[in-house]
Amino acid sequence: MEVTLRIKRYNPDSDVKPAYKEYSVDVESTDRVLDALNQIKWKHDGTLTFRRSCAHGICGSDAMRINGRNRLACKVMMGELGRKVTIEPLIGFAVIKDLVVDMERFFDAYKSVKPYLIADEAPAGRERLQSPEDRDKYEDTTKCILCAACTTACPITWTNDEFVGPAAIVNAHRFIFDSRDNGAPERLRILNQKSGVWRCRTIFNCTDACPRGIEITKAIEEVKRALVFDRI
Amino acid sequence: MAYHRFDAVIVGAGGAGLMAAIQLAGKANIAVVSKLYPPRSHTGAAQGGISAALGNTEEDHPEWHMFDTVKGGDYLVDQDAAEVLCREAIEAVLELEHMGLPFNRTPEGKLDQRRFGGHTRNFGEGPVRRACFAADRTGHMIIQTLYQQGIKHNVNFFDEHFLLDVLFADDGSCCGCVTMEIKTGEIHILHAKAVLIASGGFGRVFKITSNAMAGTGDGVAIPYRRGIPLMDMEFYQFHPTGLYKLGILLSEAARGEGGILRNNDGEAFAARYAPTLKDLAPRDMVSRFIFEEVKHGRGIDGKDYVHLDLTHLPPEVIDQKLPDVTDFARTYLGVEPKTHPVPIQPTAHYAMGGIPTDVDGRVIRDAQATVVPGFYSAGESACVSVHGANRLGTNSLVDLVVFGRRAGKHMLEFIQTAQWQQLPSNPDFIARAEVDAILSREKGESIAEIRAAMQEVMMDKVSVVREEIGMTEARDKIAELKTAYSHAAIMDKGKTFNTDLMEALELGYMLDCAETICVGAIARQESRGAHYRTDYENRDDVNWLAHTLLKKTSGGLELTKKPVTITKFQPKERKY
Repeated sequence: MEVTLRIKRYNPDSDVKPAYKEYSVDVESTDRVLDALNQIKWKHDGTLTFRRSCAHGICGSDAMRINGRNRLACKVMMGELGRKVTIEPLIGFAVIKDLVVDMERFFDAYKSVKPYLIADEAPAGRERLQSPEDRDKYEDTTKCILCAACTTACPITWTNDEFVGPAAIVNAHRFIFDSRDNGAPERLRILNQKSGVWRCRTIFNCTDACPRGIEITKAIEEVKRALVFDRI
Repeated sequence: MAYHRFDAVIVGAGGAGLMAAIQLAGKANIAVVSKLYPPRSHTGAAQGGISAALGNTEEDHPEWHMFDTVKGGDYLVDQDAAEVLCREAIEAVLELEHMGLPFNRTPEGKLDQRRFGGHTRNFGEGPVRRACFAADRTGHMIIQTLYQQGIKHNVNFFDEHFLLDVLFADDGSCCGCVTMEIKTGEIHILHAKAVLIASGGFGRVFKITSNAMAGTGDGVAIPYRRGIPLMDMEFYQFHPTGLYKLGILLSEAARGEGGILRNNDGEAFAARYAPTLKDLAPRDMVSRFIFEEVKHGRGIDGKDYVHLDLTHLPPEVIDQKLPDVTDFARTYLGVEPKTHPVPIQPTAHYAMGGIPTDVDGRVIRDAQATVVPGFYSAGESACVSVHGANRLGTNSLVDLVVFGRRAGKHMLEFIQTAQWQQLPSNPDFIARAEVDAILSREKGESIAEIRAAMQEVMMDKVSVVREEIGMTEARDKIAELKTAYSHAAIMDKGKTFNTDLMEALELGYMLDCAETICVGAIARQESRGAHYRTDYENRDDVNWLAHTLLKKTSGGLELTKKPVTITKFQPKERKY
């Protein structure tokens, strides 16, 4: 079927500001949006620039706005989109070129919550024990692939440079609720600030955007409760 | 142009690269270079598990794991390396857990383990539960955990830097590398005492592949161009269960949890070919079973695919242990695995061959194992050889952790006493010349078309089943495509984030890899592991119980054989 892709282009070497460009592609309904983008790049316009790698929804490279919603380009089938599709870069981060945005702020926020196990000396020669029930408590937030779909869907991120963002909170949650970790007090202290969880207005855009189906707002809520009731 | 000096540079931020980095961080001045942000690395796509003879759910021993690895590799495995792999696997998996990896657990809270293809108890008696796992996203957990450790240890990351060249001093030792900063197009020279290549494989050489688009063999092709031989390139694994037409991987874990392959008659055909292990026979064999069924017209509706049947599995098992696998089937094929069988076919998956190394990750330059000082490789880009002619599932993740760590440790020791070698004069000359050559052409051949032609001929003639005429056609076609490539032009001439240029350079790397696969496959006149030919159907231990080293010389490609290290297990017929 023939589909028109309307893509927001921007080349910093030659453009003053972004502009939309239209392309016509011939795709199957089972083709991914990524396949359509590749078709344009390989057959019509080699300058079209976007990040991509795994092409099956697990590396998080190709998060972008597809018909106004943050999605992974390799997980959306052309068949669900209709004959006119608008593709734009994520909002809230500076556009480097076309659909590529500056991810430095995103990774800085992630690093700021100490996203690694903080624990005592491990037992030598065997694993730390963890019951399946304890393992389940943080199962959801282990799924994060750092695609930034959630953080760039959050209206707070759009207007506030300092908000640590949903993804950072999700990855803090993953450790706060991991029974093997002792770093909860430190991470909760970091999140117990204006730039931390308290900027969250429970808008739910993040949960809506997450391609891994993580219940992000729920995780943020659990961190807020831990702070308010002083227990995990 | 920017100049940097480091004690060590690691190219590639997947499991092996990060493991090596963690050994060095805080103890030496290092840089980790990757063309992707580290969590995007292909380690994250691994699904099924990481094997170690912990014996948490049933009896197990490293010797059994070693035997399975050697037999799984059709006896081309260097057994000293396999012994190291299987012995250190236990420590490696426990180290991952200590770092916080969220493994699945037994009711007692220990690491849970599951069955996987080719892994047996008591030297082949029956399947054994050896694979530790995190649902069906074990690779995702590993890349996240190791990246987190990299952050914890303040590793210096050069994110989104594309490898253009590896530098060697006059005495042949490695002295650094050249990268392009993708965001700005700026060239960087990294002067180092030691360089580790951990840049992964090259599945994108084939049309149907499980590999990410980044899997283009950059770190394997460049040393090859500089005269480092590549080993066992003809051994390329085709994973039996890729989603039909897409190649997206459906983990072997699906069969480990009880999934069964069925043909058009609904028959569980694997049992006919491998009576003991059936669907859990090693991957190269299962891919051939599927090929045979399709050849005899028993593919679904007579087509070139079969079914993976999970419908008899308890729904909780599918939800808890195979959530991603089911998501792929639903999303990409619109098939619900709980109620319908999933269309699958073999997909290009893993390179057993690559840069030859010793068990400490040091690159060697000939059959006598002469070390190239300061040059290391680990992970899929290396060939120790721990996987021989075919890799067992779950052994790659162990490989990354064990040999990534060993390489890192050795590098740390090496740089204490090593000196910075003098860089070649004009170190970025070759890199710039390559880039300028492509950018300067106004019009020319299409990169996308050359790439598609390469992927088509490789999939058609040098994949699961091979023979002389077809492989020769492929070799000649690749040579033709290399000529076309030298006249190729791209549209994007800019400096900022030029992915058109990157894809062009990547194609050059892939063509080099494809060339060595074809030449090696034609030369090896036997069938062994993943290299199967209808014109030489049997294994020939008299002439071919050896690794193949392919080296670029001024006179052409030179092939030498390197002996296989055999210690505990004498080669026997490989039956399951």
